[in-house]
Amino acid sequence: MPRSLRAEARRPRWPWLLLTPGLLWLLGLYVLPLLGLVPLSLSEPLSRFGLDTVFTGRVANYSEVLQAYGPILLRSFSFAAIATAVGLVLAYPLAFAIRFRGGRWQPLLIGLVVLPSLSSFLVRAIAWTSLLGDNGPVLGLVESLGLTDGLNGLGVLRDGRLLNTPTAVIIGLTNTLLPFLVLPLVVAMQRIDPRLLEAAADLHAGPLRRFIRVVWPLSLPGLGAGLLLSLIPAAGDVVNPRFLGGPNDRMIANAIDNLLLVQLQAPRAAALTLVLTALITVAVGLQLRGRGLEELPLP
Amino acid sequence: MNRAGALLLGLWSALAYGLLYAPVVVTVLFSFNAPRGRFNLVWQGFTLENWRHPFQDGALTAAFLTSLGLAVAAALLAVLLGGLMALALSRARVRGGRWIELLLALPLTNPEIVLATALLTLFVGLDLPRGPLTLLLSHSLFCLSYAALTLKARLAGFDPTLELAAQDLGAPPLEAFRRVTLPLLAPGLLAAMLLSFSLSFDDYVVSSFTAGETLTLPLYLAGAFQREISPQIQVLSTLVLLVSALVLVLASPPRRSPR
Repeated sequence: MPRSLRAEARRPRWPWLLLTPGLLWLLGLYVLPLLGLVPLSLSEPLSRFGLDTVFTGRVANYSEVLQAYGPILLRSFSFAAIATAVGLVLAYPLAFAIRFRGGRWQPLLIGLVVLPSLSSFLVRAIAWTSLLGDNGPVLGLVESLGLTDGLNGLGVLRDGRLLNTPTAVIIGLTNTLLPFLVLPLVVAMQRIDPRLLEAAADLHAGPLRRFIRVVWPLSLPGLGAGLLLSLIPAAGDVVNPRFLGGPNDRMIANAIDNLLLVQLQAPRAAALTLVLTALITVAVGLQLRGRGLEELPLP
Repeated sequence: MNRAGALLLGLWSALAYGLLYAPVVVTVLFSFNAPRGRFNLVWQGFTLENWRHPFQDGALTAAFLTSLGLAVAAALLAVLLGGLMALALSRARVRGGRWIELLLALPLTNPEIVLATALLTLFVGLDLPRGPLTLLLSHSLFCLSYAALTLKARLAGFDPTLELAAQDLGAPPLEAFRRVTLPLLAPGLLAAMLLSFSLSFDDYVVSSFTAGETLTLPLYLAGAFQREISPQIQVLSTLVLLVSALVLVLASPPRRSPR
């Protein structure tokens, strides 16, 4: 770069003028309130009828929420893991098909993956209620195939019901996270240089070998990104467990919601939120270890 | 790949699309249902009646309009603040720029419930009554990260020497920005605006903590599970989906044919 251009690119003050309003937003509405959760998590409620609290340095909030909500925390991550695993079994072949079989329809096929996520979570939950309900088409199909007893035995159905079971929650979760698995995988596969595949073919590698030695390793960054993008929102999901699950299928975000808005236990809600944040930050850190922020698949 | 393999892959992909589209198809279908009782959840029979009165459910329409207004305001605010940040980060070497980018990405790495809890306790602490203002503040915040990062990616994609060339030809910096940078950035601005709009329009978790008595569309729908699921819900959702599909087609950039 010529010297004059570089001097032009390094002007001192105006960048900060442009950054200030946005930074104020981020600091005031995100960083400070998030940090504020720390003292709040060590406080006690002033009364049972309001959200006012007093700081008492009560560390026991943490052990209490871990004891009371440990199982729900575990359930949240297992539901998210199961939904992601199911999603992956569907998403990987779909991404492969879009990239290598899509031809000139690729943009349309990608658009079709995105479109359903533009309909609201709540509207989709309403639709699942119809689909999975006691008189709904899914149970009708299961019954006509004579699978009811078998699926009951496997624990997929509960007393012949589908709605208000973990299965319904996982179906809902899988639906919402599927695009977040597919898109990064397609992007990673689009980056694969077709000449690599041609070279492999020239060296007499069959389709399976080309997949194992070329496509699979080069799709791993997309896989990592997809896992991150689907596991985190799924573990913290509110809508699916609340509207598709039964009272025993609530997940961690429902517990925080209940603690804060119903029980008015702000300190414990803060403690639980911080536990969740810590767990997820560790997971994100492990995933991004050694790599830059660029790996975060942002729009 | 042999024939059977290709067929299997096709069927499996169809299954994936099936899971994605099952709720969408049901929503569209039930907009033509003539429900018995208050809950439009069981198929009874075909009718066009709901589509003749899409705005008959007054409370639903009011919530719909609230969400529309909120999403427009939040998107404008987020794109304004985010656009300024993106300009600064991509056109100047700001000390600590990487930290600012990390700060922008941070809200996206946590589930929404974390942001919701933090914001609610902030507003309670400030004694700020929860309502339209707190909704706008919260929505503009989570849209800001998406808007700034989208726009920064766009700005990084084009040549800064174009602006310098304009300045060499005698255009003052602001004029160069208006005549060169802004037109180049316009598609990115539109994309950031649409993304922010849809994030705000669909938001349930943060809104349920920061809305107070204000009813946005997702909050109204959450209440509908106990109250009444009128077929107008499915009609309006279908309309929203049609508009989204149209926008998606119009806004998608002309693509190179895949290699």
